[in-house]
Parts: sequence; structure tokens; C-alpha cells
Amino acid sequence: MKQMRPETEAELAELVAGLKEPVRIAGGGTRGVTGPDTELNVSGLSGITLYEPGALTLVAKAGTPLAEIEAALDAEGQQLAFEPMDHRALLGTSGDPTIGGVVAANVSGPRRIQAGACRDFLLGVRFVDGRGQVVKNGGRVMKNVTGYDLVKLMAGSWGTLGVLTEVSLKVLPKPEAVATLVWEDRGWTATSKLFCDALCSPFEVNGAARLPECGGKPSRTVLRIEGFEQSVKYRVGKLLELFAEMKPDQVVTDPVENAGIWREVRDIEPFADKPGNVWKTSVKPTDMVRVASDNNPNRVVGWGGGLIWTLAPEGEDLRAALCDVQGHSTLVRAAPEEMQTLGRFQPENAALLALTQGIRARFDPRSVFNPGLMG
Amino acid sequence: MEMPKPSPQVLSRKSEIIARLSRVLHESAIIEDPVETRAYECDALTAYKCPPMLAVLPSNTKEVSDVLRICHEEGVPVVPRGAGTSLAGGALPTADCVILGVARMNEVLEVDYDNRFIKVQTGRTNLSVTGAVEEEDFFYAPDPSSQLACAIAGNIAMNSGGAHCLKYGVTTNNLLGVTMVMMDGSVVEIGGAHLDAPGLDLLGVICGSEGQLGVVTEATLRILRKPEGARPVLMGFDDNEVAGQCVSDIIKSGILPVAIEFMDTLCIKACENFAKAGYPDCHALLIVEVEGSEAEIDHQLSKIVEIAMRHNPVELRESQSAEESAKIWLGRKSAFGAMGQMNDYMCLDGTIPVSSLPEVLRRIGEMSEEFGLPVGNVFHAGDGNMHPLILFDANKPGDLEKCEAFGAEILKLCVDVGGCLTGEHGVGIEKRDLMSHQYAPADLEAQMAVKDVFDPQWLLNPAKVFPLDVSEARRIAAE
Repeated sequence: MKQMRPETEAELAELVAGLKEPVRIAGGGTRGVTGPDTELNVSGLSGITLYEPGALTLVAKAGTPLAEIEAALDAEGQQLAFEPMDHRALLGTSGDPTIGGVVAANVSGPRRIQAGACRDFLLGVRFVDGRGQVVKNGGRVMKNVTGYDLVKLMAGSWGTLGVLTEVSLKVLPKPEAVATLVWEDRGWTATSKLFCDALCSPFEVNGAARLPECGGKPSRTVLRIEGFEQSVKYRVGKLLELFAEMKPDQVVTDPVENAGIWREVRDIEPFADKPGNVWKTSVKPTDMVRVASDNNPNRVVGWGGGLIWTLAPEGEDLRAALCDVQGHSTLVRAAPEEMQTLGRFQPENAALLALTQGIRARFDPRSVFNPGLMG
Repeated sequence: MEMPKPSPQVLSRKSEIIARLSRVLHESAIIEDPVETRAYECDALTAYKCPPMLAVLPSNTKEVSDVLRICHEEGVPVVPRGAGTSLAGGALPTADCVILGVARMNEVLEVDYDNRFIKVQTGRTNLSVTGAVEEEDFFYAPDPSSQLACAIAGNIAMNSGGAHCLKYGVTTNNLLGVTMVMMDGSVVEIGGAHLDAPGLDLLGVICGSEGQLGVVTEATLRILRKPEGARPVLMGFDDNEVAGQCVSDIIKSGILPVAIEFMDTLCIKACENFAKAGYPDCHALLIVEVEGSEAEIDHQLSKIVEIAMRHNPVELRESQSAEESAKIWLGRKSAFGAMGQMNDYMCLDGTIPVSSLPEVLRRIGEMSEEFGLPVGNVFHAGDGNMHPLILFDANKPGDLEKCEAFGAEILKLCVDVGGCLTGEHGVGIEKRDLMSHQYAPADLEAQMAVKDVFDPQWLLNPAKVFPLDVSEARRIAAE
């Protein structure tokens, strides 16, 4: 394997302009990106360039380790509210996740239903396009409609439009307290009702998930409340009133135990050491019941039912099985051959594919960035 | 304001174009009488006017598709129009264009509380989207000041914000899916009731593209349950810098108010005269609003008051009743009207990093002296979105030009301190020629490349967003 590791944006741009062959873009290499043997590693572009806690903004070079960013935010009592998932345990990868990787894959966690996705917190980007030109879009202010929003386009483009060199993000205060309501052994219909009732309440439930039976524990349907201590107490009380007919088995208020539960959900820990393919399906939340009707018990659900992770036997095409459910499925973990035959991303219809290919052809005309990764 | 010359070929085929359109639209949906087309000669940026060749008012996606297909075949530029409330000239016509108004498309198509979305035709007004779900205590969060009149189509085109976006985000954060008609008449569906895109985030780039990529006819929007309550606190300071520091301290303390609004002396006085909201006589006024139950509000406000007290406010008033809250907001919400009563004004929309606030206000004050035009400042302080209002006299020769020059200097200043030209109004024609101050040629090229894909002939709202000389080669090549 050949590796290129530029240290500056200018060096990276020059390198890209002179590329003779396609490359696989990597930060920490933790998100399971496959592709050409030659790796273009961005981890040399590292460091927080600006952090203003009073303006809720942080700017960092794309290769900055996520851990470094989280530590800086933590020191000021702030956080990345979109709760990016750590893919390492699930995919068996190692290395240090970078902020560029988080953005390129638009990685968001349980809080996405209330706070938004990574793309919603991304204020600005700098990137090098397929010709080696440096492009910037957005900025470091929270409201910006100056020209087209290429920021959103870059989030989740998996490097196929350009190599990110710098990103600016909106950050938020860390909540003072947290509590989780836990129901054990509830079926899909009951779980769906809990999700709907909770998310249609005014109590700002910001996590609504279900974990499968795992490690001797029964399946758990969980709802999370965060905020000031007094507020969390009040809202938990209101939810207990709301669910008087379907009382939770437990209310977890210990911060460490809470962190554990939501890390299980965020990182899909129940599938970490189990064999099989892992699919991530995004649907209308109440369609969860239909998706789960195939009786596969190996499911981790988030986003109030809108995000369904499935551990499926190798060879099974979950996408085909769900063809009449509106939404889409991504194959997150599979052997390379299966990744090839089943396809990582859900194919788009012809009209959207034409738009997507048109954009890609203009941003990366020589197809040098992660070719084939997104189809 | 320079606009491209109308195409003689298009104008010479006007009657054929009308004939073709009348085969797909009801007679009442085609407006060709020069007296009636004048209703479409401008939007809320009234300084620039030009009646269109025609205006059409289709009733559904199929009709929009027919209109665009015909215009595409005829090479006619199309300017989409929501409710015409743009402050940036986003719906300003050219003499050879067809105005495509979505005003007749205002149906609610689906409401789904369990999944927390509403699907509407995009001619529906912003406030009536909330109106459709209010009885179940839900609301649609983005709340531009024009929400009574402005259409969702325009909100999507401009990625509109509002006073409460510090907590709830702007249009793009609340848009789940669209039905969009492309310039060639084809119809695409993007997104839906599920979250996130399977491939590239096309929805993200369509939102805020100022009607240049397609005409959005239907939209799936996120709705939220209303909070139990909300209450503002009003605080006055004798120094802009101190007020700015107070905003920063509130945010750093871990409280996330739903809104933090800022007004300076001129605005405070104008609003007080207009709305009699009981505003104190001071240099800087903050309105900070928090949400939750009564007890939660009390708790948050007590923290905010504690922080404010450290900055020696000249006035500090927690709202004691719903009436008082309404009065506090009435003053702020009538700011534009109040300033309009004093004189003609131009409203700017630059955004700055919150930390640059004192410096920018000081510079604006100095420039106001230099240009000899008064400025009132009212803005969303939590997110740095400024709305300087420059007062001028439209009847006084040279005043408008002076005002434009002053406005341009303010916007350049916003960019130079790390901000941007427009936070929520859009570029339109108003900020079009300043784009090169914020973006390098390669940055604009990347944006225009996206338009090339969606609208290769550059027929949709072609003279907006990009400086004319920058887009010229593309517009000419397409002719």
C-alpha cells in the first residue's frame, strides 16, 4: 500500500493536481472506507484553528483527532451535540477518528432526532477538488445563506467531491444532568407507541432507542432527557405521568450508567463481536414496526424508530426485502465481495443519479477520489 | 442595478409563447396585460422594478412541469416567485422573463403527528403551516418576520431563518423532503419522511439555491410539539460592548435561550414611539427568551438575570404576564415598520462572529457619520445575524446611491471580520455584486458548477446570486 501524507492544504492541493491514479482518502481510517491501494492520508492536516466558546463555534483542520476536539470542548463544558458514532468496535478498525472523517461520512448519533445531524452543525468547509483547486464554502457564523450551500453537499459525500481540509462547526453546551427511562422486554408495537408519545410530548426527549437482548440483559426500550438538573427531574416526572399506564422498569440517573447505555446505542455495541452483515436503514419512524416484522431479533433502533440497525446473515439482501418501505439502507459492514455485490449505498433512481453523477463529474472530473465508493 | 438585456428573440415570440401556455393552463392563470404584470415588477426590495413579459400562476406540480417544459423549449428565462416578500430582490423579473408564481398552490397534503411532519404545497404561507397543526399544539419552527405573508417556496429558496433559530435552526434544518420540477419539466422527489440522504445531500444544496436549481412545488417539513411556555426578559445597557459581553456570558453559561435579540439606541427609540412597549432609554437593549414549564423558565431566567447583573444593566425586567411578553416582542417585531415610519430604509442582513459585535457596531457608527446617513441596528445576537437599517430619502437625488454604497461597506466589513454577506435574506440582486468580496473565483466556480448540472441553459432566475460578469460566459453560451 502506498501512502501520501501532506502536511498543509497547499501541499495537498499540489499533490492532487499531480495525481496520476485514483486514491482512497483517509483520516484515522476507522470508518471502513475501501478503494484504491494508494491512500491519501489527511491526518497531517491537524489542529484546532479557532475556538470561541461564547460564539459556540469551533474551526479545525480536517485531520484533527476527534478526541482532541472533544477534550477542548469538554474543558469549556461544551460538546458536539450530534453525538458522532465511533465505528471502531463495530468494524474492527483501529486508529484515531478525525473530524474530517466525521463530516465526510455525516456521522450522527442518538441525539440527531432532536439536535440534528452532523450536517446541521457544519458551518463551513474548505476542500481541495479533483483538479487540485482549493474551494471554500460557508464560514464560521451560525447563519449564512451567501451563495449555494455546498457545506451540506460535502457532509456525507465521503470524499467523492473533494478532500476536506478544514471544517467549522457549531457546538453546544453540555447538559448538566441526564436521565434515562428504561422499559424491558417490550415488543415493537409497544416500543413504537412509547417513541411516538414521548417525541410528541413537549418534554424534549433527545434519545429514543431500543437495544436487543444482549449479554444476559433483556431487550430495552430507552428514552433520554437532558438539561439542567431541576429540569430533568421535572420532565422525568411528567413522562412518568404520561406513561402511567405503561410504567418504565427503571429510571437511570447515574451519569456513568447513562453514558454506558447511550454508548451502546450510539456505537451499536451489541453487534460489535457478532458475525454477520450490518445494515443501517433510515425510514419513517412508525415504519419501524413493519421493518421489524421479519422477526430478526438482532436490531438496534435509534431516532425514535427512524434508524434501524440490523445484524443480518451474510448473503441476505435486506434492501430487497424492504423495497416497499420508503427510505434507504446502507450496508455498513460486510466482507469485501459482499460489499461489492450488494453495494454499500442504496442505488438512487435515474433522475437523482443523473444529478449526482453530474455534480461528481464537475467536482472530480478525473474520478480520482474514492472511485466507486458511492456508486 | 445592472440586469442582462432582454432577449429580442424571446420578446418577438411572446404571442406564440402565450398560445402554448394557454394550452396547459387555465386562462385566469396567465397574466399578460401590462397593467396586471406590473403587480409582479418587484418584490419587497422595491428600489428595483421591471415588469415581466408574463406571469403565470399554476395550480399543481403537473402545471408547473408543463410551464417549465414550454419555457425550456422556447428558451425563456423563468423567475420563480413565492409571496414576493424577498428583501434581496430574489423575485425581481427581467423584461423577457416569465414569473412563475406559486401563490395558488397552498394546500396541506398530509399531516402526520406520530412521525412529526407536514406535507404542503409550497405556495402556503409560513404562518399557515403552523396554523394547520396548532390545534394539536404543534408548530413549524422557522419564523421569519414576514411569516404572515411569506411562502414556504421562498423560505426554501432563501433558506429563511427567524428570531428563534438559535434553538430550532433555519429552514434547511427543518426540511425533510421536496418535490421539485426541473427546468426541462421533469419532476424529482428528494427526501421524505425519513432522515438523511442515501447519496449526496441534494436537498441540502437545493435549500438556499434562490430558485436557480428548480421549482419546489411540495415540501415535507418537520413539525415540533410546542413547548409548555415561553417568557422573555428585557435588559438595557449603557454600552454596546457590555451588552455584547453579556450575550457571550449567557451562552457560555450553558443556557441556550430560544432567542437573543439586540437593538441599539435609534431602534429602541423608534420602536418605543411606534409600539409603546415600555422600552428603557438606553444604548443597547437585549430581549432574551427561554422556554419550558413555569418552574423551568423561572430557573433559567434567574441564571440569566444573575449574569446580567454582573454587567450593571440600567434596566432589567422579567415579563410577569402573557400581555407583557407580547408587548416586549411587539416592539421588536415592529422594528422594521417603526423605522419605515421615520424614513425610507435599506435593511441589511450581514452576519458576524458574535465576538466582533462591539467592533462592528463602532465601525458602523463611524461610517454613518462619514456617509451622513443614520443607521439603526437590530439583530439576532445569539447567532450574530445583524440587520442594520440605513435611513435615506428616496425622493432626494443621490440618496439611494449613497445608501447602497454605505450598505456595501457594512457588508464588506461583516465579511472582513469573519462573517458573511447574508444570514437569512439571500443574495438575490442586492448582494450579487459583492459575492466576489466573500468568495474567490474557484469558490464561485464550484457553486456555478452545481447550477450547470441542474439547469444547463441557465434559464432559472439567471441574473441573481452570481456577479453578472462572473456568470456571463455561461449565460451567453446557453443562449
